[in-house]
Amino acid sequence: MEDKFILGGVELKSRLFIGTGKYSADNLIPAVCEASGAEVITVAMRRVEKGQQGIVAHIPRSMRLLPNTSGARTADEAVRLARLARAAGCGDWIKIEVISDVRHLLPDGYETAKATEALVKEGFTVLPYINPDLYVARACVDAGAAAVMPLGAPIGTNRGLRTKEMIGILIDELDVPVVVDAGIGRPSQACEAMEMGAAACLVNTAIASSADPVRMAAAFRAAVEAGRNAWLAGAGAVKAPGEAAEASSPLTGFLR
Amino acid sequence: MENFEQFLAKWPRERRARIAENATEEQVLVALRKDTLQPEDFLVLLSPAAAPHLEDLAQRAHELTLRYFGRAVNLFTPLYISDVCTNQCRYCGFNAKNTQPRRHLNMDEIEAEARVIADMGLQHILLLTGDARKLSSPEYIADAARRIKPLFASVGVEVYSLTEDEYRLLIAAGVDSMTMFQETYNPELYDWLHPAGPKKDYSFRLNAPERAARAGMRSLGVGALLGLDEFIQDAFCTGLHAWWLMRHYPGVDVGISIPRICSHEGSFDIPHAVGDRQFVQYVTAMRCFLPRSGITCSSRESAFMRDHLIPLGVTRVSAGVSTAVGGRATEADNSGQFDITDHRSVEEMTAALAGIGYQAVVKDWEDPTTTHA
Repeated sequence: MEDKFILGGVELKSRLFIGTGKYSADNLIPAVCEASGAEVITVAMRRVEKGQQGIVAHIPRSMRLLPNTSGARTADEAVRLARLARAAGCGDWIKIEVISDVRHLLPDGYETAKATEALVKEGFTVLPYINPDLYVARACVDAGAAAVMPLGAPIGTNRGLRTKEMIGILIDELDVPVVVDAGIGRPSQACEAMEMGAAACLVNTAIASSADPVRMAAAFRAAVEAGRNAWLAGAGAVKAPGEAAEASSPLTGFLR
Repeated sequence: MENFEQFLAKWPRERRARIAENATEEQVLVALRKDTLQPEDFLVLLSPAAAPHLEDLAQRAHELTLRYFGRAVNLFTPLYISDVCTNQCRYCGFNAKNTQPRRHLNMDEIEAEARVIADMGLQHILLLTGDARKLSSPEYIADAARRIKPLFASVGVEVYSLTEDEYRLLIAAGVDSMTMFQETYNPELYDWLHPAGPKKDYSFRLNAPERAARAGMRSLGVGALLGLDEFIQDAFCTGLHAWWLMRHYPGVDVGISIPRICSHEGSFDIPHAVGDRQFVQYVTAMRCFLPRSGITCSSRESAFMRDHLIPLGVTRVSAGVSTAVGGRATEADNSGQFDITDHRSVEEMTAALAGIGYQAVVKDWEDPTTTHA
């Protein structure tokens, strides 16, 4: 079965997106890129140095950059950082992060939707990082977002799909890809998101803070692929432990 | 809204001491298992009851630091632009009574010094002055920030307490962070330590970070100078100060600095010297209490201590440090504010961090208020 993943008009082969933060050395990034099979990598503009020295220099040319607006507290600030990203040669894709509570790092839905609208008008391919809130997601989609990126759990916590029910609703209701971002701590959790029908997962902390980031990247690659295949195949009926094979008193037994 | 000083009044000294003295091992174990710590838990982790559990604290602090900061440590360096000072802080090398020669850099000298720092590869700089409002006015500090801003991603200040409007002036000049050491949260001791000069006003200093936050400062740093008051008192109040600021200004990044008093010009008997084990208890308890807050460790501490504190919670260190005014591109004055014990250059620090499996990050800020075409 053909399974094309088109995002912002671009066909991607990998459904795993990765990040660049928290590594013990940026020179690990090429090996992580290769092991993960990822084609999309996010980088915070706050880390990007003039002339693309430093972190960007370690990202293989074949990767598609997804600069993010980490540090922005308002839509205006996100727009400014997006323009900077474009001017710095980081391309037209932008992950919007508007966070005005640095304790929990939860995205501000209203400002995010406003920034999405402004940046779509400027020709960006916009991927907003959001709480899995249907109204915020719809506002972003209506504004022209290429995908939405709901959090599975607060960023950096590695707690997995704490917002599973809400992400499921977004997957059901939206016509754009849903990329689960933030909170995924283990490959099994990425697999679970993909089994639910997520279009892709973005994983950073779980790979970067692993004792062996390259091997963990390979593990996430396999998990995302497994989850996608499971979703495509369609899960069979699953019985819970102890669940009776047949109801002892059929409710339709009266039908003869 | 009440200010921090009013909030702190709900935590009188006796209450802090009582909770710390009565803390039990069970309370320590409970606090170590909690996801979110309340101030009482923090006090328990600082208490003598937690001391035998230092390794457990360290393990927890390491795990949290790795989770939220990864294996990356930010580098910065201080630039002292004037050591002219009207205060008489008993513990400080810039004390107005010390007869050392003083220097006050002009704008060309500041830029020349800053260029040397930028050429070292650093992008985060901290401007420092003594407390001499007439000579080193807020306008002078703002001019300095404006002059060097094109060279750096982030310009911070560690200067005397300013009014809210004066903080606005600095922000408009490109300053994004301010650090304010309260020195001690004990008002009586504070009064004795600061016999004369504008710094004598305890409340004005205590509420300075909040004024900066209201003015729109992106990032704040607070810290007590450990060794002045009893450990438990200032350690707890520092964390409480940061915690309170974060709750009331959620958009502001609040970090902690952990200066421990060391020798200086003149003589000063350290009233409550903090030993290494207690110091580690402080850093690790702070990490558990404020898991996402940056912790800055200056070159007052030895290379050995700094390298070992990084896995435990320190996320920001200085490198290529001089605490004298001038000396990089211009003539130096003779002595610094305090003696530094870690003299490593940026390259040496980067190599040392790599040696323990950490990456030195020179740029971790981009001013989102700047307009780009």
